[in-house]
Amino acid sequence: MTAHGAEDIARHVKVYITVFVALMALTIVTVAIASLHLSVGSAILLAMLIASIKGSLVACYFMHLISEKKIIYCVLGLTVFFFVVLMLLPVVEIESGFHAVNV
Amino acid sequence: MSSAEIKYIDKPHPLTGVTNAKLGIWLFLASEVMLFGALFSAYVLLRVGATSWPRGSDELNVPLATLNTIVLITSSVTMVMSWASLKLDNFGKFRRYMGMTIALSLAFLVIKTFEYTPKFSHYEVFLNDKTSVRGHLGEKHEDHILFTPDPEKDGEHAGVHPEEMRIERSDIRRLTNFGPRHSNFFALYFTLTGLHGLHIIGGIVVNTWLMFPGSAMWKTQRERFTGRVECAGLYWHFVDLVWIFLFPLLYLL
Amino acid sequence: MSGEHDHELGFWRKYVFSIDHKVIGIQYTITALLFLLFGFTLMMVMRFQLAYPGTEIPFLAKIFGEGNMPGGLMLPEFYNQLGAMHGTIMVFLGVVPLAVGGFGNYVMPLQIGAPDMAFPRLNMASYWVYFLGGVIMLGSFFLPSGAAQSGWTSYPPLSNINPGQTAWLFGMVFLITSSLLGSVNFIVTIIQLRAEGLTFFRLPFFVWAQLVTAFLLLLAFPPLEAAGVLQLMDRLAGTSFFMPSGLVVSNQVLDIAGEGNPLLWQHLFWFLAHPEVYVLILPAMGIVAEILANNTRKPLWGYRSLVYATIFLGFMSFIVWAHHMFMTGMGTTMSAFFQTTTMIISVPSVIILTAMVISLWGASIRYTVPMLFAIAFLPMFAIGGLTGLPLGLTASDIHLHDTYYVIGHFHFVVAPGTLMALFGGIYYWFPKVTGRLMNNMLGKLHFWGTLIFMNVVFMPMFLQGMHSVSRRLYDQTVYEHGKDVQDLTIASSWGAWCLGIAQIPFIINFFASIFAGKKVGSNPWDATTLEWAAPSPPPHGNFETEPVVYRGPYEYSPPEDPTGFSPQNKAPA
Repeated sequence: MTAHGAEDIARHVKVYITVFVALMALTIVTVAIASLHLSVGSAILLAMLIASIKGSLVACYFMHLISEKKIIYCVLGLTVFFFVVLMLLPVVEIESGFHAVNV
Repeated sequence: MSSAEIKYIDKPHPLTGVTNAKLGIWLFLASEVMLFGALFSAYVLLRVGATSWPRGSDELNVPLATLNTIVLITSSVTMVMSWASLKLDNFGKFRRYMGMTIALSLAFLVIKTFEYTPKFSHYEVFLNDKTSVRGHLGEKHEDHILFTPDPEKDGEHAGVHPEEMRIERSDIRRLTNFGPRHSNFFALYFTLTGLHGLHIIGGIVVNTWLMFPGSAMWKTQRERFTGRVECAGLYWHFVDLVWIFLFPLLYLL
Repeated sequence: MSGEHDHELGFWRKYVFSIDHKVIGIQYTITALLFLLFGFTLMMVMRFQLAYPGTEIPFLAKIFGEGNMPGGLMLPEFYNQLGAMHGTIMVFLGVVPLAVGGFGNYVMPLQIGAPDMAFPRLNMASYWVYFLGGVIMLGSFFLPSGAAQSGWTSYPPLSNINPGQTAWLFGMVFLITSSLLGSVNFIVTIIQLRAEGLTFFRLPFFVWAQLVTAFLLLLAFPPLEAAGVLQLMDRLAGTSFFMPSGLVVSNQVLDIAGEGNPLLWQHLFWFLAHPEVYVLILPAMGIVAEILANNTRKPLWGYRSLVYATIFLGFMSFIVWAHHMFMTGMGTTMSAFFQTTTMIISVPSVIILTAMVISLWGASIRYTVPMLFAIAFLPMFAIGGLTGLPLGLTASDIHLHDTYYVIGHFHFVVAPGTLMALFGGIYYWFPKVTGRLMNNMLGKLHFWGTLIFMNVVFMPMFLQGMHSVSRRLYDQTVYEHGKDVQDLTIASSWGAWCLGIAQIPFIINFFASIFAGKKVGSNPWDATTLEWAAPSPPPHGNFETEPVVYRGPYEYSPPEDPTGFSPQNKAPA
């Protein structure tokens, strides 16, 4: 988002509406898939996939991440790294076989 | 330069290309990612370690939550529209869209209340023989309780309302409502949605302030005010984004 | 804010609810120093119980109440409260607010040539939120349930059951919020408000240290906040996030859902608390680097490697947390992983320390009081760091875990390490804040007393620990192996009391110098960094003219400059 001319914004507004429709559609898809009663593994995979798509739409268009400044990407890149580390946390436990709980 | 004149509060820094406030709000959101990330990893840890885990759709009110998802996504659109209206120099439209955003967020909270309340009057009795009964609690006595079980969902007695029954205290291992103390599933449900709800309340406070007293700045410092609305928007979209993940995680899986 | 400057602010706006980073820095410094003194006093009281278990001191009963110390005899519950609060206060209310809130707030904007922090009101808010957190922590002593008594680490299930923990958790929520607000402010200020010409590799090392610290606080604190919320739910809403099934307390099975995981707390806690170690040490290293460069009168050796090492340290500090948990029965793959990362993280620390030691090489050192503290920091931190290695390897950790050895190790990092650097920083920047020098004689007295007695306090702990004395014992003489080393405990206790006495010259010096110290100009140490280009004390807005930077931070003794130093804002000839 470099220059914010009136035309630019008008174009943005169209994008917002499109994204809104896509989000609604995906919400319905999520609920529909859940009612199919798939196995837990594939249900989790599918639901998280759809949630990630929806999340990316919000982040890219509503939060304008699709055309943001480098410094913001740097901050978020850093956060992603530490977020991934945070997700290692359950892995440590699972890898160790939930030692303390079952003692 | 005897006074503390801070630079880049309305105009972006020439090198980074962002204002102080915008960098600040993104840093704040980064810490929020870590906050919800920690709770998410707690969810995974507890779920993987659990002997059994209920399917969210069997326990929670999916239609209400779906409605809430729609409400929140709509509020995100009106939020971004209110910012775009400022960019187009249309203050009246900004107010209208901001008002819609606030109204939708209040609606979200009201729906949430309808979702929460029945959980606290719905009980489960865990018996010593490892079975359990769900239903509504009647009178409580020293040695027994009166309990009306829920009608069965399917099978030959589906939809038939059972009679109130008497359960001896000595047979009861644990009696709990479907509040946070029921199980780790409900504990996580209430903690995550509760924390998310607090974020909604925070957003309502900020947006209301921007709509009324805060908007006085529009007359004096347009760019700075637009920047503030953009930051509030970024926060609001983040709250929406968290819900997009919470919804399938808690209600559907 | 434009339009409301220049006219005289009232007393409250100028000194109490000020939005000037310098006033807030001073507020942080004074509050944190008082908390340090308070936390240290708690420990001096505990050390009496440890050295002379079961001895009554009747006058203490009057101070702490008959409920806690009947007849002057410390009850075990009260001992635990003092222990938990000593740790909490020293880390979260003392050292971090002093190093980051105090020094960071006061010095960092000056060093980057900024008129103030990027968000002055947020800055004020973070101080007052911190203050409230402190009030809650202190107030918890007066609640019927007493203060928290589960150690500063607050491991469940014990902490879920013990009284006093709820107030601790509320206090922590405030302190965490304050840190988060502060770190956002620090990062934005450093990225956005640097003076013209002040590129990232012209930043003083202290600013780099503050930047990395702020990122650690920003990204490591939220998981503890999450853990705090979960523990609050466990205590107030009856959930069992951290409670295993079938837990029996006082012969009764608890009425909880169970299936929780106590180790979840440990993971989330150490996810913060290991980076927290670097939050404690990095600003101290920054201070030491400034003092060393200034007093050796030559550029800091390996400035870039220092910066890269600091950044690497920041990253690595997030993937070593589980080395605090080797004894929880972790799988071998995981413990191998965390042993490796732990050994790797010692490399950047050694790089930093080595660069600082080499900086001394061949210098004509000025032995000023701040320099004495800075030099002492080097071996003290080295002892603290090196004694950490055996704890990072499972084979030796099995023997040393949770003994006094651990206490000795991290106190050497934080007390003779960080605190020495912070004292040095106070002596170094005092003339900037007040326009006056602190007394040299009293300063030297303070330095030698502190250095000697800190070693007397903490050295015996290594021996005690290797003798397997557990760290949280109320009375170690109930065990035979504890009796063997009781003499060391007594020596350590006397060291602690003498250390208390050694702080008296500092307290006198601090207050007397504000009024009677020798008046000096704006740059008494002939220093190069920007804070010395501002008047002492700097006015609101800091600089008379907006500074422009032409050179690196440590151009001491450049061959072309006859004055012996080239300040960063000195235009090239």
